[in-house]
Amino acid sequence: MANVFELEHVTKVYRNDGNEFTALEDVSLQIEEGEIFGIIGMSGAGKSTLVRTLNRLEDVTEGTVRFYDDDLASLTKWELRQVRHSISMIFQSFNLLQQRTVIQNVEQPLRIAGVRNPERRQKALEMLEIVGLTEKQNVYPARLSGGQRQRVAIARALASDPKVLLCDEATSALDPKITGEILDLLKKINEERKLTIVIITHEMSVVEKICDRVAIIDNGNLAELGDVKEVFRNPKSQAAKKLVFPSNPFDPSKPDGKLIRLVFDGLEASEPFIANLVEQTGKKVNILSANTRSVGGIGYGQMVLELPEDREDQRIIINFFRNGGLTVSEVN
Amino acid sequence: MSDYIIQAIKDGVFETLEMTFFSSLFAYIIGLPLGLILYATSKGRLLSNRPVNVILGTVVNIMRSLPFLILLVLLIPFTRMIVGTSIGTTASIVPLTVGTIPIVARMVESSLEEVQPGIIEAADSMGASPLYIIIHFILPEATPSLLQGAAINVATVLGYSAMAGVIGGGGLGAIALQYGYYRYQKNVLWTTVALLVVLVMIIQESGGIIAKKTRKS
Repeated sequence: MANVFELEHVTKVYRNDGNEFTALEDVSLQIEEGEIFGIIGMSGAGKSTLVRTLNRLEDVTEGTVRFYDDDLASLTKWELRQVRHSISMIFQSFNLLQQRTVIQNVEQPLRIAGVRNPERRQKALEMLEIVGLTEKQNVYPARLSGGQRQRVAIARALASDPKVLLCDEATSALDPKITGEILDLLKKINEERKLTIVIITHEMSVVEKICDRVAIIDNGNLAELGDVKEVFRNPKSQAAKKLVFPSNPFDPSKPDGKLIRLVFDGLEASEPFIANLVEQTGKKVNILSANTRSVGGIGYGQMVLELPEDREDQRIIINFFRNGGLTVSEVN
Repeated sequence: MSDYIIQAIKDGVFETLEMTFFSSLFAYIIGLPLGLILYATSKGRLLSNRPVNVILGTVVNIMRSLPFLILLVLLIPFTRMIVGTSIGTTASIVPLTVGTIPIVARMVESSLEEVQPGIIEAADSMGASPLYIIIHFILPEATPSLLQGAAINVATVLGYSAMAGVIGGGGLGAIALQYGYYRYQKNVLWTTVALLVVLVMIIQESGGIIAKKTRKS
């Protein structure tokens, strides 16, 4: 599979009135054709800077960013503008023209590329159909809901037939239900149009839902990179753990209590594990946090349990879950 | 009031409107691009260029800080060069235009600054050129605000046009000065003042309505 983007030792330093701030430090990664690639990190970690190096809205201080065979830094301004027709972007604040109708907004990239009417209008209408907003074509963005505005932005992004779509916190301003709908739409577009998608987010749930691979950015550094399932099941870096573990489980009720995290990612969750534990071993656990869901009858998610104080009991319980095929990790 | 004065006031209204219209028009022809350049060359903008921005900004500031009455006198030779005379309605258009340009430029600049940076970033990410971004993204987004500013500017020009009476310009200002001030005809003075107020109100209101109509957000 060809790489859409190849980043090698990318470093970005902002210099402002003698102050230096390193936003990115020695980041190397590849984004493959056709995948949905997540970039996740806390706010201020450098992920927005990272995504802006992909279409050279930000120049890198050191290192190279390659888009297919082009080293972005070596392109002239004119060449860069041509390349940008192939790299679309959507934003947290949608960034639609308020004084233009929906259809006029969607037509913008086509106008820039020099496509004339009636093909331009035709193409824009096709794009609106993909996002399901055909009947809103003559409405101004101010009259749309947040989710609808992001759909218009997606239609606009698709109009130039890009090779890749960059999403900068595209769902962060939306409520969970609408976020889900937008992510479903992105997934559909990814599958139907074989479009590579790069998603920047600070929410693990977004990555979990649609990404194939994920890069975790922490303090400008690439903390972890891998398949989403693997990172979710077995986060190695501190930054990854912070993102993957439930944000604030209860503290253990007893000082010696031990917290463990179970990860479900397959058939296992359909079994009553906790009940089996009690029945078969006679040991009891306390559920502190649980976040599981069923996708097509298969359970996914995680659970944080508090184990009894006794060490031997803890060992028995952990072995019971491990033998059952669950991934167990210690929280504290 | 005698028929003569009534006729003079009627002519004065037309002269005032003529001066206001042409001065505003010319001031925008020069001031709009100037404001655009001020905006685009400022720090962190599309065509960021410090020397251009500083020089232009300084010139605009100096022109703006000159009291209009002083400018009127200073520009007499220049006006004579362009129009051939420094007296009358047509001649007043020159100093009015020059005096309004810096106001227009700053007003345009601040209207453009209201445009959300995200919209420009989006345009940039689509591969639009700076000129395209200005014409198709920034100007349309700023249009309601530009119109609002234009209403204020035109009303200001109208006020300035009354001052042109001092150096022999025409219009309501000249009438107020000659009949009302020099000859103590209070009724003429108040009539012209009332007319000026009404004109300013009409301009300001209709400008506001047009701006509101165009605003879609």
